[in-house]
Amino acid sequence: MSTSQARLIAMVDRMPAFPQTVGRILEMTARPDCSPKDLVKVVEHDPVMTMKILRLVNSAYFGLTRTIRSINHGVVMVGINTVKNVALSVAAMGMLPRKNQAGFDTNEFLLHSLGVATVARLLAGRIGVGEKSAPDYFVAGLLHDFGKVVLAQFMPEELRRALELAMDGSQSLHLAERTVIASDHAEIGGLLAASWQLSPELVGCIRHHHDLSVNGDWGIMRDCVFAANQIVRSLGFGDSGNRVIESFPPALEERFGHDLPELIETIGDITQELEKAKIFLKL
Amino acid sequence: MRFTLWGVRGSIPVPGPHTLRYGGNTTCIEVRTDDNDLIIFDAGTGIFQLSQTLFKEMPLKAHLFITHTHWDHIQGLPFFIPIFIPGNSIRIHGAADPVTQRGISDVLARQMEYAYFPVREAELNARIEYVNLHERQEVQVGCAKITNLLLNHPVLNYGYRVECNGKSLVFTGDHEWPYNIYTPEDDYFEEFEEMVAEKRAGIMEFFRGVDALIIDTAYTIEEYPSKLGWGHGTFDASIAAAREAGVKRVYLTHHEPNRSDDRLEQVFQEAVARAALGPGDPEVVLAREGLTIEL
Ligand SMILES: [Zn+2]
Ligand SMILES: [Zn+2]
Repeated sequence: MSTSQARLIAMVDRMPAFPQTVGRILEMTARPDCSPKDLVKVVEHDPVMTMKILRLVNSAYFGLTRTIRSINHGVVMVGINTVKNVALSVAAMGMLPRKNQAGFDTNEFLLHSLGVATVARLLAGRIGVGEKSAPDYFVAGLLHDFGKVVLAQFMPEELRRALELAMDGSQSLHLAERTVIASDHAEIGGLLAASWQLSPELVGCIRHHHDLSVNGDWGIMRDCVFAANQIVRSLGFGDSGNRVIESFPPALEERFGHDLPELIETIGDITQELEKAKIFLKL
Repeated sequence: MRFTLWGVRGSIPVPGPHTLRYGGNTTCIEVRTDDNDLIIFDAGTGIFQLSQTLFKEMPLKAHLFITHTHWDHIQGLPFFIPIFIPGNSIRIHGAADPVTQRGISDVLARQMEYAYFPVREAELNARIEYVNLHERQEVQVGCAKITNLLLNHPVLNYGYRVECNGKSLVFTGDHEWPYNIYTPEDDYFEEFEEMVAEKRAGIMEFFRGVDALIIDTAYTIEEYPSKLGWGHGTFDASIAAAREAGVKRVYLTHHEPNRSDDRLEQVFQEAVARAALGPGDPEVVLAREGLTIEL
């Protein structure tokens, strides 16, 4: 790991979560009758909150034998009260500013992340990923672009330049990022996930969610996130600063039994499902 | 291997006429290996009585294992007399706190801050070591092997299993059987159900076949619905678990502070009757302060 990467990881330790959820967590935990499932629901609507909770419960210091893969899994393994207090400690770090110097729209970003999470989970069910692993796909979708929040927070000027390069849709945002900082949000997100000892499947999926040429044990998860990413972008739900919609290469068509337009047809109307997230976050 | 219960009460010590038979001290269990090595589970107020019996052994080596850091499991620690006496060596094991990211070493240091206690941790004369345990980390104490498993309580709580020359014992500390936080109409209901079942199976494996299971049994089934999520077990759940795990004897502990001896015996007998135990089922025992059992 380079020193700049190490510095970045140290900075992200203190990175706050999204205002929509931080406020809600503070409000909920102040009530003694805070319901566990409401708490999980709020946490699951925030990539930063989710990432940080997974990070804390999976830290070597804590020393669990099993990797905790989702917030619900964390509730079963370490108890709702520990999850609640970890969420509270993240909330205590403040909240991400609504506006940042990068001109990166965090509300649109949240919608994009939730959209990809929802669709990735749905696709997992479609291709026969078991009930037990399906929540991991939601988490993967939610966290796939985590690196972008990190860039918006810690390298806003660089991200702004990349967003400008990608604005007209002539190139993908991650390629524009490469031009500007010689790295991209997938690499940064993957690096953080790895250093935080999240599951290897999640690490691989985040790291390679734009690069279908690389494969590993995490291939199915990554393919679901990749496909969900294109679907959500095609439906115009949310915005992550990337205008390019990529068609499916043959391997992916084979995986899902359809090309992109067909897949969108077959999964039916998911806008209602996505709208629910929007209402929940009051966006 | 042999164990002695020095405290069987939950939450707060309750000395008085209504608790004379079962005892009012909070959790502390002394375990002696076949070589007489000293293992102590939890440092509730019962540890003070235990410490009175240890003078003849000094200088001594004590291996203390903390299940979790709620008051009733640590409040006797500053009164564990051997910590003040030079030549003694005390090793304190427990879980680190993921929320504050602090280790088990905090437990004594914070209780002994000057506002709460006249002697600072740094002034203690015994040699004190701290061990932050990972889940399932093995610790060897003489012929005994001690392992742990994360159970379910509002704070991290390790259950401990001791094995020594073919005999075995589990102490749960405080534990509520995990339950589904969703209802059947919720999306997450089924997968949560599966995770709960998996967690329970892991705990059963940990309990499997022990000679003695000492288990948190704070509530009756009538009380339980209003205590959901408080992190404690019930008579019925404890007996059912002992049966399922094929343990030989189960000791029900962590008695409610406001439960009198008479009442305790009554609710115990009702639960035992409900369980309708048959041949091959575990022997069910109400934990009593001062009880010593040779395994
Ligand atoms: Zn207790
Ligand atoms: Zn407790």
